[in-house]
Amino acid sequence: MAEVINRDNGLNDIGNDYAAKYGFHDPEEYFHKGARGVNHEVVEMISRMKNEPDWMREFRHKALDTFLAKPMPNWGDTELMASIDFDNIYYYIKPIEAQKKSWDDVPDNIKNTFDRLGIPEAERKFLAGVSAQYESEVVYHSLKEDLQKQGIVFLDMDSGLREYPEIVKKYFSTVIPVADNKFAALNSAVWSGGSFIYVPPGVDVKIPLQAYFRINAENMGQFERTLIIADKGSRVHYIEGCTAPVYSTDSLHSAVVELIALEDAYIRYTTIQNWSRNIFNLVTKRAVAHRNSTVEWVDGNLGSKLTMKYPCINLVGEGAKGEILSIAFAGDDQHQDAGAKVIHSAPNTSSRITSKSISKGAGRASYRGLVKVYPTAVKSKVSVECDALLLDPESRSDTYPTMEIDSDDVRIEHEARVSKVAEEQLFYLTSRGLTEDEARLLIINGFIEPFTKELPMEYAVELNRLIELEMEGSVG
Amino acid sequence: MADKKILFSIRDIHVSVEGKEVVKGVSLDMQGGEKHAIMGPNGSGKSSLANALAGHPNYTITSGEAFLDGKNLLEMDATARSLAGLFLAFQYPLAIPGVTVANFLRTAMKAKFGGDEEKLRSFRKELKSRFELLEIDNSFATRYVNDGFSGGEKKRLEILQMAMLKPKVAILDETDSGLDIDALRIVSNGINASATSEDSVLLVTHYQRILNYVKPDKVHVMMDGKIVHSGGPDLARQLEDQGYDWMKPDNAEKVEA
Repeated sequence: MAEVINRDNGLNDIGNDYAAKYGFHDPEEYFHKGARGVNHEVVEMISRMKNEPDWMREFRHKALDTFLAKPMPNWGDTELMASIDFDNIYYYIKPIEAQKKSWDDVPDNIKNTFDRLGIPEAERKFLAGVSAQYESEVVYHSLKEDLQKQGIVFLDMDSGLREYPEIVKKYFSTVIPVADNKFAALNSAVWSGGSFIYVPPGVDVKIPLQAYFRINAENMGQFERTLIIADKGSRVHYIEGCTAPVYSTDSLHSAVVELIALEDAYIRYTTIQNWSRNIFNLVTKRAVAHRNSTVEWVDGNLGSKLTMKYPCINLVGEGAKGEILSIAFAGDDQHQDAGAKVIHSAPNTSSRITSKSISKGAGRASYRGLVKVYPTAVKSKVSVECDALLLDPESRSDTYPTMEIDSDDVRIEHEARVSKVAEEQLFYLTSRGLTEDEARLLIINGFIEPFTKELPMEYAVELNRLIELEMEGSVG
Repeated sequence: MADKKILFSIRDIHVSVEGKEVVKGVSLDMQGGEKHAIMGPNGSGKSSLANALAGHPNYTITSGEAFLDGKNLLEMDATARSLAGLFLAFQYPLAIPGVTVANFLRTAMKAKFGGDEEKLRSFRKELKSRFELLEIDNSFATRYVNDGFSGGEKKRLEILQMAMLKPKVAILDETDSGLDIDALRIVSNGINASATSEDSVLLVTHYQRILNYVKPDKVHVMMDGKIVHSGGPDLARQLEDQGYDWMKPDNAEKVEA
């Protein structure tokens, strides 16, 4: 009785031209979504999927051993960290689409996501190379021709490893060793994506290089790995911005960023992160600054459930300079544990740390800083300034500044302030026709102005907008 | 003279600060275009009255009425009072670090007049002409509001705000204090140029000298939370010569006689 109807109405053909269109030649190897959890099999699969050289594969396996053996940090928000369920996280997801070179080739749904993040505008503004991370793999990557002509390499980290294995092997994990901390070890085992930048000697990259990151699948860990090398006398500014949609279960973001400024080089690394409120953002960022070089971290943290991030600069060459400028906004039930680290180990080095935090509702912002001056770092200068702004009676701010000064010949300035939005200030502004919310927002924007004025205009606008949204979220 | 409309009217206002009564029943009527001065010694309640009328949360109006252009001010918060046309020039203007004068003024103008492109353009033009009026350097626009300002700069910024926000009723709380003679002249010119023939200005001051530039129609003397005497412009000069003692409530009969 059963009649098999075989109607070929064209549906069967859908996807047949997929490989031709998108360059997938081996559907068998197409890896959609692996199992949850991490082990040597997962690491092996990631490395084989990426067709990596043996040294990297071995590096990953060793890193996994370190991760498994290392205890969780016993400082910071240990309670929240203990709630991370490592077995319930996807460690690698490859997007449906392979990497694209031109904007026209990027699929519409991905474009839509980027549109909502405002990427095309920023791209038009800067017309620099854009390396945008969508889920775990870089899907879109463009390099402006004149950057290429100058010999500037701006790739995703996977391509960097493929195309410039020598440079990568020489510098990879030299600034942040695998065993630095548990999360750096995890990243080393399962890293995927991130940016790789090499600027040749004497080259000044006039326009900021930008990358956008976005977590997009539930329970997906994102472990990007960024390596920037500014060769002698070169200059580069890299900008990274992040947003993430809200998920019902927790997600982990654990990046590793290494910067190397060789003699007389200049690197500025600007980040604005706005993670959804269930994300653990545990990032290791460190730079090494050689003779007369300058490294600047400009670091803005909003959102997430818990952020632990302490951009670090090792001033290893005489006359090297480091600056870390950060803001953190801790909304209700968020903990921003952020800060800065500077290690002075050469003479005439100087550093400046400016940290600003805002705590709202039951939010908690902690400044955790370390300045270490070795005996060799004579005639060095250190300046640390921490400002905390508390918006509500239940808001919380803590400061954990550590100074280890082993040299007598050092100039040190240290200031820390905790303030509230004064009632008198609010009255002054409301008597000019502003509502209390508008007044509070204006005061906050003023408070972080030393940070926003360092940002390109559209980022400054975006940041003020993000804070406005954060403020709205709590009203009523 | 035909009756002009009463623009600003307060009736038997009582003000408490932290439970202590500091203004004990003050009444006042101002017509559009009028300038009044409230004078009095320190602690007489002048500034408390000014702050309470503007809606300062620490100054509670426990009884009385206040109407601006027929609208009941006491039903409004500070924001609404400002939007209704009331302005208070602060005795001690507050610093808003990180917020530029231009940004602050733009935000306040937008709150009051709305913020379309055209208004924004005319805002710039107007700001420039007001800078000239108040002899303010252009660099003022990019400095942070009252942050590191001298006393004179703070007072100029207050009058600049008055000039831009065009209130119907401006209460100037000791705007003349701390000004040298040149600054006093400039600030006074600014006040005179900003208040149209429709607007009212209430000057709160210790000293008579600003009244040489901003001519009051009426002068009220406030002591111990009350207006004890009202008169014409001559009263100010008389106070300058004879001080306040002769009109203390004990001697009030003599005054009225």
